[in-house]
Amino acid sequence: MFVYFLKKLSVVLPTFLGVTLVAFVFIRMLPGDPVMLMAGERGMSEERHTELMARFGFDKPIIVQYGLYLKQLASGDFGTSIITKQPILKEFSTLFPATVELSICAMFLAIFFGLPAGMIAATKRGSTFDHTVMTGALAGYSMPIFWWGLLLIIFFSGILGWTPVSGRISLLYYFEPVTGFMLIDSLLSGQEGAFTSAVSHLILPAIVLGTIPLAVIARQTRSAMLEVLSEDYVRTAKAKGLGPKRVIGLHALRNALIPVITVIGLQVGVLFAGAILTETIFSWPGIGKWMVDSIFRRDYPAVQGGLLLIAAIVMLVNLAVDLLYGLINPQIRHTD
Amino acid sequence: MTEISIQEIVDDRPTGFRAQFGEFWSYFSENRGAVIGLFFFLAVVLIALFADFVAPHLPNQQFRDALLLPPFWQEGGSITFPLGTDAIGRDMLSRLIHGSRYSLFIGCIVVSVSLVVGIILGLVAGFFRGRVDTVIMRLMDIVLAFPSLLLALVLVAILGPSLINAMIAIAIVQQPHYVRLTRAAVMTEMTKDYVTASRVIGVKSLRLMFVTILPNCMAPLIVQAALSFSTAILDAAALGFLGMGAQPPTPEWGTMLAESREFILRAWWVVTFPGVAILLTVLAINLMGDGLRDALDPKLKRS
Repeated sequence: MFVYFLKKLSVVLPTFLGVTLVAFVFIRMLPGDPVMLMAGERGMSEERHTELMARFGFDKPIIVQYGLYLKQLASGDFGTSIITKQPILKEFSTLFPATVELSICAMFLAIFFGLPAGMIAATKRGSTFDHTVMTGALAGYSMPIFWWGLLLIIFFSGILGWTPVSGRISLLYYFEPVTGFMLIDSLLSGQEGAFTSAVSHLILPAIVLGTIPLAVIARQTRSAMLEVLSEDYVRTAKAKGLGPKRVIGLHALRNALIPVITVIGLQVGVLFAGAILTETIFSWPGIGKWMVDSIFRRDYPAVQGGLLLIAAIVMLVNLAVDLLYGLINPQIRHTD
Repeated sequence: MTEISIQEIVDDRPTGFRAQFGEFWSYFSENRGAVIGLFFFLAVVLIALFADFVAPHLPNQQFRDALLLPPFWQEGGSITFPLGTDAIGRDMLSRLIHGSRYSLFIGCIVVSVSLVVGIILGLVAGFFRGRVDTVIMRLMDIVLAFPSLLLALVLVAILGPSLINAMIAIAIVQQPHYVRLTRAAVMTEMTKDYVTASRVIGVKSLRLMFVTILPNCMAPLIVQAALSFSTAILDAAALGFLGMGAQPPTPEWGTMLAESREFILRAWWVVTFPGVAILLTVLAINLMGDGLRDALDPKLKRS
């Protein structure tokens, strides 16, 4: 297992170095030099410009600059936002819980509905239910989620008036964030109606963000289940006289879950991409909206830092999934 | 015991391209969804080709006395503007029809660019292995480490928001999938006897790569091309929606959605129809892609 871990790490580390290089190159590929970018629209005098170039080390050879950048990253400094003058790591970590909360709820919905739907579709292969689930899954997979969000807003907020259009909680409630997760914080605050308000703000974005993972999970569960159901040990279990519930629930499901878990792990990147759109539509104050806003505000250090942090998180989660997978299934460890 | 004459065992089934296509079609047509998807897609292609004749109005023509008109079946709607008009009096239907051109164009360009570059890189990596392979695959890993839409967004921020730059960004983001698929397929083919045989008779590397091996790797690539055609349309629409793709007044579906956002609670048709157009087109292509996979991929065949 340790060798497997090292092997995985030997792939991840160079990739991460590459990612830092991308982030480093990004800010230098923009028109104008970094100091001009920081100065923004205001502009500055020639002397001040040269002085700042020297202070930040932008006059040094590019390879030295990259070395300095890596050193800066190693000390936990991801740069400073031009607009808010806050350290980027601090901005990122205050907004990150909002995205995590949204993603977890979206994933929960996707698994809660996708897993059973795929299972039942597989056991009733060829039935109307199977066809409905598969068509629905393909439609979900093809969904432009930014439009799907707008439709839900029209229906649930516009016509029915059930849910609010934006934000994480009603302005009527205020409490200090403890965990950063609105659902938990609102419960902890003990204020009446706070939790309901948080849920009603969360439900539509979670549905929107969960749509594509839901479709993917339903499809994957169905095909994994179909494969397992044709295995010999399932036939043996049936021949032993076990009821269909036991055969499917106990024998088949356990083995069908392995590929499904991998797919769930791989959705992290998809969730981040989806969060960009979902958070923009619902004005959800998370990382996705922050990235889009930073791009539009030309806050390039923020974009650079965010890009790096998001890529690092995605890579870490994927690494964790890989390791977990190796733990569940020893065969994986010894191949390749 | 009677002797069997030679003629009787000669296999007289048709061979060549027509027969291959016949076999492909018999598998493909078994999948009803795939056939529906194919016909819908062909219809979209026809509409896009003949947009100038099909569309009742010009896409950017403004009718000042018909702002935010509802579709014809609603009160106040008119048959002159079958799907209503937008906030500055442009005919929705005509804009949607012209928008199909952009989506198909985006799909075609993105898929051809990433397919061609992906095949070359994948072939080189899988054929030569060693250091070249490591470098190419590490580069692809780096691209894959970023969420695709985020990377595309950042690339467009560097290049400047426009339809062309959005297409470049999406092509770059989709690249690694083609490289990985080609490399994997090439590596499988390389172990087969026909490749060794070709080598022995002295076939040169380039010819071996492109003429001998590549045709046998095409099946997964065709499937991937179909699926990434739909992803390209979705991503381009998403970039357009975020204001980083095609710029107004281009009748690109995602850009149309972005323009309509402020009317979301007043005029449902401005928001609904561009999205329906995206969804149906992407769905049709995905249905087709599923059918292609079943028909072309022998591993998944008949499962």
